[in-house]
Amino acid sequence: MTEQQQRLDPAQIEVDVTAGIGTTPVDGTHARQNSLWSDAWGSLKRNVLFWIGAFLTVLLTLMAILPQVFARGVDPRACDLANSKALPSADHWFGYDVQGCDYLANVVYGARNSLIIGIFAVLVILVLGVLVGAIAGYFGGATDSVLSRITDIFYALPLILGALVLLRVGPSTNIPIINSRGPGAVALALALFGWMTAMRLVRSQVIAVKSSDYVSAARAMGASNSRILIRHILPNAVAPVLVFTTITIGVLIAAEATLTFLGVGLQRPAISWGLQIAAGESSIRSAPHLVLFPSIVLTLTVMAFIMMGDALRDALDPRQRS
Amino acid sequence: MGRYVARRLLLTIPVLLGASFLIFAMVYALPGDPIRALAGDRPVPPAVVAVLNERFHLNDPLWVQYWEYLKALFTGDLGTDFRGRPVLDTIARTLPVTIKLTVVAVLFEIVIGIVAGVLAGIRRNSFFDNFVLVSTTVIVSIPILVLAFLTQLLFGLKLGWFPIAGTREGFYSYVLPGLVLASGSLAYVARLTRTSIAENMNADYVRTARAKGLPQRTVIVRHMLRNSLIPVVTFIGADIGALLGGAIVTETVFNLPGIGREVFNSVKAQEGAVVVGIVTLLVFFFILFNLIVDVLYAVLDPRIRYD
Repeated sequence: MTEQQQRLDPAQIEVDVTAGIGTTPVDGTHARQNSLWSDAWGSLKRNVLFWIGAFLTVLLTLMAILPQVFARGVDPRACDLANSKALPSADHWFGYDVQGCDYLANVVYGARNSLIIGIFAVLVILVLGVLVGAIAGYFGGATDSVLSRITDIFYALPLILGALVLLRVGPSTNIPIINSRGPGAVALALALFGWMTAMRLVRSQVIAVKSSDYVSAARAMGASNSRILIRHILPNAVAPVLVFTTITIGVLIAAEATLTFLGVGLQRPAISWGLQIAAGESSIRSAPHLVLFPSIVLTLTVMAFIMMGDALRDALDPRQRS
Repeated sequence: MGRYVARRLLLTIPVLLGASFLIFAMVYALPGDPIRALAGDRPVPPAVVAVLNERFHLNDPLWVQYWEYLKALFTGDLGTDFRGRPVLDTIARTLPVTIKLTVVAVLFEIVIGIVAGVLAGIRRNSFFDNFVLVSTTVIVSIPILVLAFLTQLLFGLKLGWFPIAGTREGFYSYVLPGLVLASGSLAYVARLTRTSIAENMNADYVRTARAKGLPQRTVIVRHMLRNSLIPVVTFIGADIGALLGGAIVTETVFNLPGIGREVFNSVKAQEGAVVVGIVTLLVFFFILFNLIVDVLYAVLDPRIRYD
């Protein structure tokens, strides 16, 4: 993935999914709604890439919850300098790192931080994006102009660059969480510079359906603004937001590893793929496995989410069905 | 059209100001003492502190500092770093490297991305088509950090085809980093071209061209490509703005003295003036290329009119 994409600009999401779902407002009866999702499931079931992605995701989740099982009971912090940079062997599949720690255990234990940051950041992004996008789209006018300009401002800043600056100055401020140098700070920094695409998705969905007859009907029956938004308008945005969320978790995990590699993300003694790649960089000639293994696992993680998101988009886009 | 461009230009101003203020606030709101940092272990005489505070407006509130910055900006003065070197000189020194890198990256996008997309699109569901689909998914998923190390390891260290760092070998030094920087967009260009070509395959005008007896190559190159490439051209245009600002990791790993590595080093060293100057410039590029693309759309596709 390019850094450009780490701007969280899956433009393809907006183009492909919004047009498809937005123009067919859900008509409220359950039969119709069920058919969208059951059609999607039918198409997902036949998609090999979806199953590969789903399998990898389950595997990684288990790894994050029960790392000791996957590390075969080895403690990642039990190290012996005599083993420094030893190459992979039958007993120690990933070899040893510079400090002589079992590398398989270290790579396995790295999954937890990556997943926690990816999921926490995407949740904050969803809250921010849905809230701002729904308000901007529903109320329109000056509210929309102001909120859209604010979104443009954040959108013009590359994700990595914005998060880099914030995390660099973060520890010397007195803002809670941001000054912690922990997973929470990284997740918040990523969310703060990554919510804009979600906002635009939700905003365009809201605008697409807010003038339809069933919304007018709900309003005529005296429904409040918040009820109309939550019950009648936002359900239309679920499909594209789901696609966005899945892909974005992958993008955020890659961004976390990048920030940590650059030295502003997680800090030692935390266990993280970004730290492992950064530490392995200096011995890339003598012990390339130190860069290789965390890189491969990181790539598989990102790929798992992107594959599932791609498959979901294909499945949820009615125009592609024959 | 003229009115549309004018309106868009006006809307650019608050975004540019807002983004630069955002960075400015993050950089200067921090409680650290830059003068102490500059002096290191040596004690600083109070008189020197007073002069430096005055010169860099360090005692004024944030708004005043930003206003002073803007006033200087309009006279072409981006300020100096703490060693007294003008930020403008730093930009002039590093920007050409990043521009070269971006040009190489865009060339890769155009050549590999479009060719792969066309070949996949004209033979949908063929082996090559599926290959493009799967390989683009894989490429998009490889974080640029990982790709940079993998290509360095494989093409630089093992095979020795390309230099792995620096710019000493001229254009040749930019090939590997350019490919790495382009990878994700390249995959997206391939997919976009494929979809676009496949959609046009059954269009009436293509059938007409075939019915006239034109050879396949002419139909594709003269008739289909022109229409199919409109979304691709606009994507690449917008991507230029993003690539210019997105080369932090690529330039750091390949040790290219470009604007991305410079801004990263300045963030680390808390060189506020350099960070704000470069980020403002990058935001400007990003907005500029997006504006160009929006206007280009109307030029390329006569069905779109803005008035």
